Amino acid sequence: MNFFILTLIKVAVVAFVLLTTLAYLQWIERKVIAHVQLRVGPYRVGPHGLLQPLADVVKLITKEGLIPSHVNKLFYLMAPFVAVTLALISISVIPFGPEITIGPVKTWMQLTDLRIGILFVLAVSSIGVYGVALGGWASNNKYSLLGGLRSSAQMISYELPLALAIAAPLLLANTLSFRDMVNYQSGYWLGFIPRWNLFPEILGFIVFLIAGFAETNRVPFDLPEAENELVAGFHTEYSSMNFAAFFMAEYANMVTVTCVATLLFLGGWQPLFPEPYSDVVPILVFALGGLIALYHGLNPARRMDRFTLPATALVFLGIAAIFGLSLFVPFLKPILMALFWFCGKVLFLLFVFIWVRATLPRFRYDQLMRFAWVGLFPLAMFNLLATSLIVALTTK
Amino acid sequence: MTAIFFLIFAVFAVFCAINLVLQTHPIASALSLIGVMGALAALYLQLGGEFIAMAQVIVYAGAIMVLFVFVIMLLNAGAETPTIQVSRFVKYFGAILLLGFFALISFIILGPLPATEGVTFGAFQGTTLDVGRKLFTTYLLPFEVISVLILIAIVGAIVLARKEV
Repeated sequence: MNFFILTLIKVAVVAFVLLTTLAYLQWIERKVIAHVQLRVGPYRVGPHGLLQPLADVVKLITKEGLIPSHVNKLFYLMAPFVAVTLALISISVIPFGPEITIGPVKTWMQLTDLRIGILFVLAVSSIGVYGVALGGWASNNKYSLLGGLRSSAQMISYELPLALAIAAPLLLANTLSFRDMVNYQSGYWLGFIPRWNLFPEILGFIVFLIAGFAETNRVPFDLPEAENELVAGFHTEYSSMNFAAFFMAEYANMVTVTCVATLLFLGGWQPLFPEPYSDVVPILVFALGGLIALYHGLNPARRMDRFTLPATALVFLGIAAIFGLSLFVPFLKPILMALFWFCGKVLFLLFVFIWVRATLPRFRYDQLMRFAWVGLFPLAMFNLLATSLIVALTTK
Repeated sequence: MTAIFFLIFAVFAVFCAINLVLQTHPIASALSLIGVMGALAALYLQLGGEFIAMAQVIVYAGAIMVLFVFVIMLLNAGAETPTIQVSRFVKYFGAILLLGFFALISFIILGPLPATEGVTFGAFQGTTLDVGRKLFTTYLLPFEVISVLILIAIVGAIVLARKEV
């Protein structure tokens, strides 16, 4: 019974955090792209547009859910449901940190550890195609159909290099469980280089990231929803919450891909620096951020940010103080440290996703397919063969 | 607990299989087939065959069926209209007679067989490690023969699909 209640609490926490992250990821994306393009981005709703996600959610819920007369109703309504369910389910096997002890309770910072966690994520992502393909077909619209077909062809093609890139670190760690994978990556070479898979598998990491862009239908591979040729692609005929479900699925897939990349290549929650130094890093980062915000907030030339920047500074300094306190509280330290390093790496990769979107133009469709089969696939194959050769020669 | 889960997935699989035959629209039939495969994967998982379960989902539901659905969408196949006239006798007595026939056949087949024991769930240790080790030691020859067969099929497909020069 204890296990049951504990799991329910963990599910509630993870679901709440994931859904909030998805809503705010969109705010972060708009802000980052705006600043890349020398604009300010959302600014009206709340300080620095912080309440914009809330306003968007209210708008999407209260909008009329229009069902066009020419659609295949059952599949039309099923498609967004399939897409969002399959996108959200992967988070259940992602570990966020090590085993922790809070009072009498001992638990892992993970919903469930499958021995085949990595295969599970691959399986779920391979069925994820149906949401998009079905939505495009059921809309009974040529743009939607073309978008759906393009998307399924693209996802099938890029799944091959993705799976091959994943296979190489699996060979190194000799496991299919995310937890063991992260444990394998603990420790340091020469005392200061972290034993992450990133260093022996740099080629695999790059292939994985590029294929990840294509799997999540992100720029520069967002052909399924190319506005200038397909209106909005597979979700042209969707409105209200049905549209929001597709939107949410895209962001959830992005979170999954970055989480998997972090766990497989960047050592999960293993810190970048050895033990005594890694404890100081979060304090320094947050304190520095707070001081910079304070400096700019007290600058009389920035009258618009007179209240928001000092408030941000206080929050940052508070977080730094909590991290400082956690050094003296034994049960808090592993939780906060693991969360800091894991979330830091995931957020960095998400930033890369947004950064690329703000920087690169879209591929042409034939270029996209040629790139997958002629460029990425042989590269991933070579990486896998080289890794297996090294593993075969070194292990006995 | 395991019996309940078995019943849920078994009933779901049979329901999807019947639905697959009854549906007139090809896409609905294809989706029913995916349902059957998903339910089978869940049953494999209950037996302890983790790797087989995931391979079932990745290969069948995730790759092969996507191509099926893809082709149906590209050809834009619509719903079939039943053209066969069904006699009144079949309509009323067909199902009963079919069940009776099935019972007769299973009676004849199962009669001479020795009594089987029920399978306990999780009895097979079908971990990825076991499957891999068996594939590359005991079953190495069949495995390689199948690999060559698939290679031949791929080459054949490319030759057939290639444009005439």
